Amino acid sequence: MLILHCPYCGIDAEETELAAGGEAHLKRATVGDSDAAFEEYLFMRENKKGVHLERWRHAYGCGKWFLAARDTATLEVYGTYPAQTQEPPQEVKDAIRAKHPGWAWKENA
Amino acid sequence: MSTRLSTGGRLINRNKPVEFQFNGKRLKGYEGDTLASALFANDQMMVGRSFKYHRPRGVVASGAEEPNALMNLNSGGRFEPNQRATTQEVYDGLTSTSQNHWPSLEFDIGAINQLFARWLPAGFYYKMFIHPRAFWKHVYEPFIRQSAGLGQVPKEQDADVYEHFYFFCDVMVVGGGVAGLTAAMEAAKSGKKVLVVEQTAAWGGRAVVDGGLIDGESTEAWINQTLAKLADMPNVTLRDRTMASGVYDHGYVLAYERLTDHLADKSGARHRLWRIRAGQIVTATGAIERPLSFAGNDIPGVLLAAAVRDYVVNWGVSVGDRTVVVTNNDDAYRTALALKKAGLSVPAIVDAREGGAGAIGAEAEAAGIRVLKGKGIAKVKGGKRVTGVAICSQAGEGAVLEEIACECVAMSGGWSPVVHLWSHCGGKLVWDDAKVMFRPDVDKGPTGADGKPFVIAAGSANGYLGMAEGLADAAAAGRAAAGVKGEGAPSATDAAEKAVAPVWLMPQGAGPKKRMKAWLDYQNDVKVSDVMLAAQEGYESVEHTKRYTTLGMATDQGKLSNINGLAILSKSLDAPIPAVGTTTFRPPYTPISMGSIGGSARGDLFQPLRRTPMHDWHDGNGVDWEPVGHWRRGYAFVRNGEKVHDAVNREILNVRENVGLLDASTLGKIIVKGPDAGKFLDMLYTNMMSTLPIGKCRYGLMCNENGFLSDDGVVVRLNEDTWLCHTTTGGADRIHGWMEDWLQCEWWDWKVYTANITEQLAQVAVAGPKARKLLESFGGDMDLSKEAFPFMEWREGKLGEFDARIYRISFSGELSYEVAVPASQGAAFWNALLEKGQEFGVMPYGTEAMHIMRAEKGFIMIGDETDGTIIPQDLNLQWALSKKKEDYLGKRAQERSHMADPKRWKLVGVETVDGSVIPDGSHAPAPGTNANGQRNTQGRITSTYYSPTLKKGIAMALVANGPDRMGETIEFQDENGGLIKAKIVDPCFYDKDGEKQNV
Amino acid sequence: MSNAVSALNGKVATANGVTVRDCGLQGMISMRGTFEDENFFTVLSHIIGLEIPDVRTIVSNGDRSVAWMSPDELLVLVPYADVNGIVAQIEEALQGSHFLAVNVSDARSLIAIEGAGAAEVIAKNVPVDLSAGAFGEGMVRRTRMAQVAAAVWCDGADSYKVICFRSVSTYVFDLLAQSAKDGLVGAL
Repeated sequence: MLILHCPYCGIDAEETELAAGGEAHLKRATVGDSDAAFEEYLFMRENKKGVHLERWRHAYGCGKWFLAARDTATLEVYGTYPAQTQEPPQEVKDAIRAKHPGWAWKENA
Repeated sequence: MSTRLSTGGRLINRNKPVEFQFNGKRLKGYEGDTLASALFANDQMMVGRSFKYHRPRGVVASGAEEPNALMNLNSGGRFEPNQRATTQEVYDGLTSTSQNHWPSLEFDIGAINQLFARWLPAGFYYKMFIHPRAFWKHVYEPFIRQSAGLGQVPKEQDADVYEHFYFFCDVMVVGGGVAGLTAAMEAAKSGKKVLVVEQTAAWGGRAVVDGGLIDGESTEAWINQTLAKLADMPNVTLRDRTMASGVYDHGYVLAYERLTDHLADKSGARHRLWRIRAGQIVTATGAIERPLSFAGNDIPGVLLAAAVRDYVVNWGVSVGDRTVVVTNNDDAYRTALALKKAGLSVPAIVDAREGGAGAIGAEAEAAGIRVLKGKGIAKVKGGKRVTGVAICSQAGEGAVLEEIACECVAMSGGWSPVVHLWSHCGGKLVWDDAKVMFRPDVDKGPTGADGKPFVIAAGSANGYLGMAEGLADAAAAGRAAAGVKGEGAPSATDAAEKAVAPVWLMPQGAGPKKRMKAWLDYQNDVKVSDVMLAAQEGYESVEHTKRYTTLGMATDQGKLSNINGLAILSKSLDAPIPAVGTTTFRPPYTPISMGSIGGSARGDLFQPLRRTPMHDWHDGNGVDWEPVGHWRRGYAFVRNGEKVHDAVNREILNVRENVGLLDASTLGKIIVKGPDAGKFLDMLYTNMMSTLPIGKCRYGLMCNENGFLSDDGVVVRLNEDTWLCHTTTGGADRIHGWMEDWLQCEWWDWKVYTANITEQLAQVAVAGPKARKLLESFGGDMDLSKEAFPFMEWREGKLGEFDARIYRISFSGELSYEVAVPASQGAAFWNALLEKGQEFGVMPYGTEAMHIMRAEKGFIMIGDETDGTIIPQDLNLQWALSKKKEDYLGKRAQERSHMADPKRWKLVGVETVDGSVIPDGSHAPAPGTNANGQRNTQGRITSTYYSPTLKKGIAMALVANGPDRMGETIEFQDENGGLIKAKIVDPCFYDKDGEKQNV
Repeated sequence: MSNAVSALNGKVATANGVTVRDCGLQGMISMRGTFEDENFFTVLSHIIGLEIPDVRTIVSNGDRSVAWMSPDELLVLVPYADVNGIVAQIEEALQGSHFLAVNVSDARSLIAIEGAGAAEVIAKNVPVDLSAGAFGEGMVRRTRMAQVAAAVWCDGADSYKVICFRSVSTYVFDLLAQSAKDGLVGAL
């Protein structure tokens, strides 16, 4: 059972306090966007075995959404960070690349 | 005969005799006895029968690894099957019965199976019971269920209570033997918070029985001193009778504490499941002795060698006067010496190794014990108990050299480290050829959130079977777990030992007849011949072989049999043991009670029940409850002699004629406030909410990004920057979360705050032609007249003595007010409504009446007309889709070709020609078949009721081109495969012009 | 007001030296605002008469307390009868700025757990380290209590408060009472 650090209230929260929210950094496509762009937004997911950027809500705690960089195979957590961002902060990228040189995530290379 | 010795038994208290029962016999034991030791003391050699052949089974081990001595314990609400006699402590009044026999343990009809053992080989069930197919259900399955199976399922509700406990520590040490205590002491000295758990009632593990000195003291003295020191340290918690059952991700451990299993007094929690988060886990879980595979190794009286000396030393019990020790290693010689010391006879030590043992061999011979080197057991003689053994050369095929009379055979096939907890979360193992064991691959432990290992194996669990090397390893493990440097360990000396020999079959050339009597898995009746047959039939994977032969399944999960079984498999496949590998170790280490997993979640605490402020009134006034999420809502309020549906019909007619009260407190109520609140709600709802004037209400729809309807409700504009959004009962938390998600993760620069105030308010729908009169009878400062308070507006003020906000909205089609008061006043307000409403014929009504009345009006219900694939356009709700807005959640999705397809089924009303009620979910067949050969359909029922107002069946349905087919008659299926004729009509069946609600 | 009754209506249960007790009607205001905005803190501090608490803490004086709930949410505890007046004062004082002050007194229940072993009774139900070193007086934790959301704080030696939603207050009370009845662990 996972423990993730909530970057808002500073709690190392166990999974039962959290709600999972799927892949992070989706770019909302909407009215005016092409079918392909909308399909990408609505349906296409990375589904990685390995480093994954994902959304979590500290549902039973402070109620805030945060993002986590986690290895889906080893469950190593490279860092958690606030949701109000378009890409992971540098220190999280560094932590990931220390283990996975050359790692890239979509356009957030 | 097995018997109690006149002296010895370090764990029993001879001053505290206890009386217990076995198969109805009253037997005596002592406090500190296990059920197994007490049964031996009473010469009860046979304790059960095996699973498949119903062979007589005796106790084989002295601890958690026991596969044979499984008991039904206690009775009634405390009945529990499959409990190990070797771990159950006796107490006054304990009752136990043996399993797997009929009519009795001594005489068992099922034992006839062993005569057919030749025809019941591996995979027998798969091969035999597949043909003819039709026989399975009525012939094979009932037969197998009768004859197979372990203990019985308890029939009564569990009389005990259970609980959980959350605990956090820096270092958790599993195992209270000398290695565990050493690791704990090293870790505790650093000041780190340490938890030590021991599965038995006695600390110290095997060390006391095995003897030797630690730091110059006897092991017993050293253990007691160390325990006392640890107990004194404020940062250390010690728990006995607590078994670490599993290690999970990120340092999560479950430990199972047995609080009252050993007591006659059963008050308080029976089991406590510790939910532990540990920074580092030290597994000092020891090692388990392996049996040897020789013919007749399952006859009662054949035990593990270490178990035989445990019974003598710990409980003062001898299994027999004469014990033949058979071994492939030095450790079993300790048993021979211990027996000698207790004054018992050891006619021979049969050592499979040509060279015999190290120093301890000479000691045994000096004690007058005959040591037969390079020899094995050809066969154990006896049926329900051992009478002797036939000796052969280990190298040969089993020609008998001599026979030795004995009552007990103490066997040792070497030791396997207990690597379960190490392995649960991914720790890897290596095969150690020299030590003939799988041991933890110390560089490949399970890793945690930081990518670093969080489990450290210590002592014999790490493959260090000698006392000195084990203590050194454990001290290092304790320091590593605490993250401190240092050196040193309690001192001990290990005598020079001769290496263990890999002996997987005895004699090595044993023929088929012997292999059919050489048991690997006692509990599941798996023999050497079964595993060989599996290999012959092409089973190469150890996991497949396990399932095919049942080797290592059931309650003991192969603690004794796995390594021996896979060694036989490896030999049969001619592949080295590490290439064959082990099966996966999964929690729990030994079975834990279902009760402990549930903890306090049973009875009234099984699930939280959400209560409205009026819950107790409902409960006391004939309510027929309907679960809605965790809420309980009144489905109807049944009066004396009424059927539920009569009550529903009465309630509806009363609303239509007089006035009714609905407890609507469960409806979601979310405050949305801020400069950008209007803009935000315009995105959330399909219709425009920013333009809603202050003081007014508007019905709104919400869709998800797929365009599908997700929720609906009335939105209220409270003031310039504040709205109140009503949601469905089930939608309150979900929609609040949905709002927060968008505000936190997408539009985080928008200035909007939300608050879920659902439970702050008690809400009552007061509906019916006399609703206004009823509310006016309260007095107060609000003008409730048609002119002053029009439809779809709200007012706030005093209603009598109640602080109220009133919304003039209607879900029933009648004149209706929804009144919200603070939840603390909800019960009083409800009572006041009932009291003042008496003269107006007031009655409460339930959710079913509410459902039917809204259907009579053609109003949709989220979850009935919608199922997660329905867009507003399907329900003719285009009027609620703002055309002025550039965007709203779901708008883009609704532009997709499939959503814009004119052939999508659309909502209509349906009236049966004969007035009957169509079954819910019924489909309307259409001519022809689809690509899969299935009958085409042209529509389905989404809501269907008997309308007491219209006195006939009414329904809502989604029908292809429905709105264009008004007046057409189509057919829906009934429950018996027949068809019901029904006319497509407008979904609004009642007061289409809204004259009733607008008065 | 005269009709107001707390959901648990004064329920009390005692076992093994631990008392679980309904605290009755308790005024509660949920405050949301920008913590970086100095004015927000100043105004609130002035009206309530208390300093604004740091992350995951609670400050109290007499019958008033303020608890940190999230990076933009505080819970203000005042006597039940004072709530509407204080909300009106806050609304007046913060007019023009972006905030939310809402009366949630009736939406929640306040339960006290007192006596030696109180921490263990709670620790049977929450995935939180409640040992004295980890969770001391003045600390607040929002968490999962068995199957529902709850906030817990320590307001003295062997004295804790739990806030849960009103609708599940019977569940939470019965859960804590049962946990007390089942015996103490002796590990915290």
